[in-house]
Amino acid sequence: MSDRDLRPSPDALLKAALRDGRGKLKIFLGAAPGVGKTYQMLIAAHDRLRDGVDVVAGIVETHGRAETEALLGGLPTLPRRRVEYAGHTLEEMDIDAILARRPALVLVDELAHSNAPGSRHPKRYLDVEELIAAGIDVYATLNIQHVESLNDVVAQITRIRVRETVPDSIIDGANEIELIDLTPDDLMQRLRDGKIYVAKTATRALAHYFSPGNLTALRELALRRTAQRVDAQLRDHMQAHAIKGPWAAGDRILVCIDQRGGDTLVRYGRRLAERLLVPWAAVHVETARDLALPPASLDKIAETMRLAQQLGADAITLPGSAVVGDLVAYAREHNFTQIVIGSPPRHWWQASRASAMIAAAGDIPVHVIGTEAGNARRFVRPRVQATPYLASTALVGAAILVGLGLRHVLNVSSISLVFLTAVLGAASAFGLGPSLFACLASVLAYNFFFLEPIYTFTIADPENVVTLIFFTATAIIASNLAALVRAQAITARARARTTEDLYQFSRKLAGIASLDDLLWATAFQIASMVKRRVVLLLPIEPGRESLSVRGAYPPEDTLDDSDLAAAHWSWHSNQPAGNGANTLPGAKWLFLPLRTSAGPVAVVGIAAADGLLTPDQRRLLDALGDQAAVSIERIALAEAVDRSHLFAETERLRTAMLTSISHDLRTPLAAILGAASTLQSYRDSLDAATQTDLLATIAEEAERLGRFVANLLDMTRLESGAIALRTQPADLGELVGSTLARASKVLAQHRVGLDLASDLPLLPLDEVLFEQVLFNLLDNAAKYAPAGTAITVRAWWERQEKLVTLQVIDEGPGIPPELTERIFDKFFRVQARDRTRVGTGLGLAICRGFVEAMGGRITAANRADRHGAVFSVRLPT
Amino acid sequence: MTALVLIVDDEPAIRRLLRTGLAAGGYRTIEAETAAEAIAMAGGESPDLILLDLGLPDMEGIDLVRTIHAGSAMPIVVLSARDDERGKVAALDLGADDYVTKPFGMAELIARIRTALRHCLAQEGAVPLFQSGPLSVDLVRRIVKAADQDVHLSPREYDILKLMILHAGRVLTHRSIMAKLWGAGGDVQQLRVYVRQIRQKIEVDPERPAIILTETGVGYRLAVPE
Repeated sequence: MSDRDLRPSPDALLKAALRDGRGKLKIFLGAAPGVGKTYQMLIAAHDRLRDGVDVVAGIVETHGRAETEALLGGLPTLPRRRVEYAGHTLEEMDIDAILARRPALVLVDELAHSNAPGSRHPKRYLDVEELIAAGIDVYATLNIQHVESLNDVVAQITRIRVRETVPDSIIDGANEIELIDLTPDDLMQRLRDGKIYVAKTATRALAHYFSPGNLTALRELALRRTAQRVDAQLRDHMQAHAIKGPWAAGDRILVCIDQRGGDTLVRYGRRLAERLLVPWAAVHVETARDLALPPASLDKIAETMRLAQQLGADAITLPGSAVVGDLVAYAREHNFTQIVIGSPPRHWWQASRASAMIAAAGDIPVHVIGTEAGNARRFVRPRVQATPYLASTALVGAAILVGLGLRHVLNVSSISLVFLTAVLGAASAFGLGPSLFACLASVLAYNFFFLEPIYTFTIADPENVVTLIFFTATAIIASNLAALVRAQAITARARARTTEDLYQFSRKLAGIASLDDLLWATAFQIASMVKRRVVLLLPIEPGRESLSVRGAYPPEDTLDDSDLAAAHWSWHSNQPAGNGANTLPGAKWLFLPLRTSAGPVAVVGIAAADGLLTPDQRRLLDALGDQAAVSIERIALAEAVDRSHLFAETERLRTAMLTSISHDLRTPLAAILGAASTLQSYRDSLDAATQTDLLATIAEEAERLGRFVANLLDMTRLESGAIALRTQPADLGELVGSTLARASKVLAQHRVGLDLASDLPLLPLDEVLFEQVLFNLLDNAAKYAPAGTAITVRAWWERQEKLVTLQVIDEGPGIPPELTERIFDKFFRVQARDRTRVGTGLGLAICRGFVEAMGGRITAANRADRHGAVFSVRLPT
Repeated sequence: MTALVLIVDDEPAIRRLLRTGLAAGGYRTIEAETAAEAIAMAGGESPDLILLDLGLPDMEGIDLVRTIHAGSAMPIVVLSARDDERGKVAALDLGADDYVTKPFGMAELIARIRTALRHCLAQEGAVPLFQSGPLSVDLVRRIVKAADQDVHLSPREYDILKLMILHAGRVLTHRSIMAKLWGAGGDVQQLRVYVRQIRQKIEVDPERPAIILTETGVGYRLAVPE
């Protein structure tokens, strides 16, 4: 063995790592009731309690035995949860109370117990799994008869089939198994002493159960299972530590599943695989026949495949036509070394699939398992439809007519070709049954109408007998071939349609940019492909815990609280939940998480009202779900990118604002403070002109500061939505006049021309806001246009358009064309070649905000006749 | 005897500024920090005018205007924030005589106080001839001249102009003008049209009025000759 092989196996390491952070499970395993599992568990618990471990009894049944009760009395016990069901009060373990209490170790009796309907999990072992996942250690008791893979064997031994089973994975996953062993004689003595709890109604059945032979067999099973488990532990240890040892052979086991089901087969496969320590798979070949099967048979296949999956197999469905051939081919291709196949009781005319398999498998060993008669009876024949047979009859009838028409032209043996055509037609159109029927009808008709003596079923000429035999043989072979082709074509078409649908779906997804559209498309696609009602749930906000229905088809679907609980469970545990899953099966929906490598991105809910999903539908759903999940993640990422852009933009604004405020507040403040302190300290030594100059500086800078603060206030009011419009009919000319008066100082260096139409109507405006707009526009023009140039205010009325336009036109450098929109952004200032103009970058932003609040529009452009900017305000009349 | 002005403001810096500025303008001052103090002093000290900041801590300035005017005809000049048009219009409608918007220049404030202290022309009795810039109005003979040219005003236009002249230098809110001329059923739209027509007839440049001034969002003020 090379060094490479001596590395620890990743799987083994992973298994070990998985256990970290999880609670530990110790199972007290017994061969039969009454061996003292609960008693031993309680003694072990007392030992731990003495060691200072926080032990709590989750649920322990004492069955009234005094010594057990005494032991339990010394332990903290959690109250049970009471469940009302069908008029009875059932007591169940309160898993939420345990999770809330968070003990270090919890005792759970009867691992195989089925919980009352409406509980979170249908089975107690699932409760235990959740406790372990939450990091709580568990002591549990279990009888060997409840182990899933031994179910059949136990039933054979005791003739009692146990309904409550625990999957083998629980035992395999247990950290410790302690076998509580008692010899059959001792056990029977305890039974006689009345030390074993027996329900009154079951006395007789149990008397048989506790026979020495049964107990010995059960004891052996328990011992063997424990030994197997010890083996597995040793193997894991060896692999994890890369100890060279007897590695498992490269065996792989293939279990063949057909519509007869075969839970027995699956369990057998599991035991075989377990004993050989090899992987195994359950394979079902889906033929055209399957498509015609009644739903009950399809469900049976689905259930069996699910059981196989639960028992650790790969469940695979193959499309095909020849079951045996396809299975053997698959086995060879995938290196399966053993095949398990069922051999149901059959009628003498049925060819044995098992013997065909043995013949085809060649060197691959085939295990043939006699399956129960009960299962065989469940096989339901495909329904026979009348139409294909009638149509086939019509085809034969047509052949008769054609033959009669041609009988003078063709010889008798050639006319058989006409019938052959009819048979082939029936085969390719309707499949094997109708074609064989057509074949029989053709033979009879050919004989009756065309073979001498005609109109009788007797044949005179021996040569014709030979013709008829060959005709029959040819017709049967041909119809088989044609039917096979047809069957394959049908299966292939169905597959191709699925593939095409998936392809179309993925193309559609690629083109969708909004989450809502995507969810709708996904819900629609899933609903139409699996023929169920569908909902999609997503977190209300990214990163939030709470889910809500974000897409559904049909769209009106909503969920009630218990369904939502199942959806949440599915989301948080990244596992299926609800109807058809192991958790919260009382829900009306099945919920599956849609995952990407980063984790779940959504939960899809499938209405359970129309029956369980077949493995094929589940696989289809997985494929659809995977595509949808990737797309949802893509859109979520795109949104995250948008958010970060927005964040960057916010950052830019904040920086701009800080720069602006620090510059525009500090500059005037510095001037005011400087001038004032100069006056304070040196007034006596300053001449009158200088004093006047300093005072003027103070006044001017204070005014500038005032304007800046006013702008900031306006902007704040705009952004907080605190602007209450006081709209009333306003005279634009009057407003221009009052603004010019207010702006006289700002405009002192410029000539202002007015060109106001004389017919201007009164406009619904907030005068104060509009005056501010005008002021800012004039201020802006004065700032950018050189001193001495003209600023023109023009206004006119377009009656047809119901618009009044007001323009402020300057003779400055104009606006760079690419910036005519950006100049209305907050804190945006055009960078002049030499320097940034004094200003806040707020004036135009305020203009736009105010104008739009009043229902108008403001735009900026450059003059066409010369350089200079034009600001246009359009106001509705 | 110089007039006594009661300064009502909660900001010490503003009170100090007003005290200094008004003293320089020739007024005596007393100061109140709160509305309660102001009411007490308005009763006890009988000031000639109250200078009132609308943003007091213990009472809405508007309510103070109402309270004071309930007992006397003491002139009130309101100091208001720039974006509080509603507040100052309400104060004016309740009987305040004028307003100044913060921040303000001292010269402007003193001019307002002087106008407010000068009793209304109507109460003083007839001032037969009013003159402001190019405008002269003979209130007895109803002759209006602009730049020595006769101006023909409609009766309604003349009433508006006369009302403004009687309150020359003071702000008149739209509502107070309409209430005096039309009663309750006035329409600000009509008023604007009349004012526009009057301006066309008496102003040198009607687009930049120098006689009938617009107080945006508040009303009109007739400019007084200094």
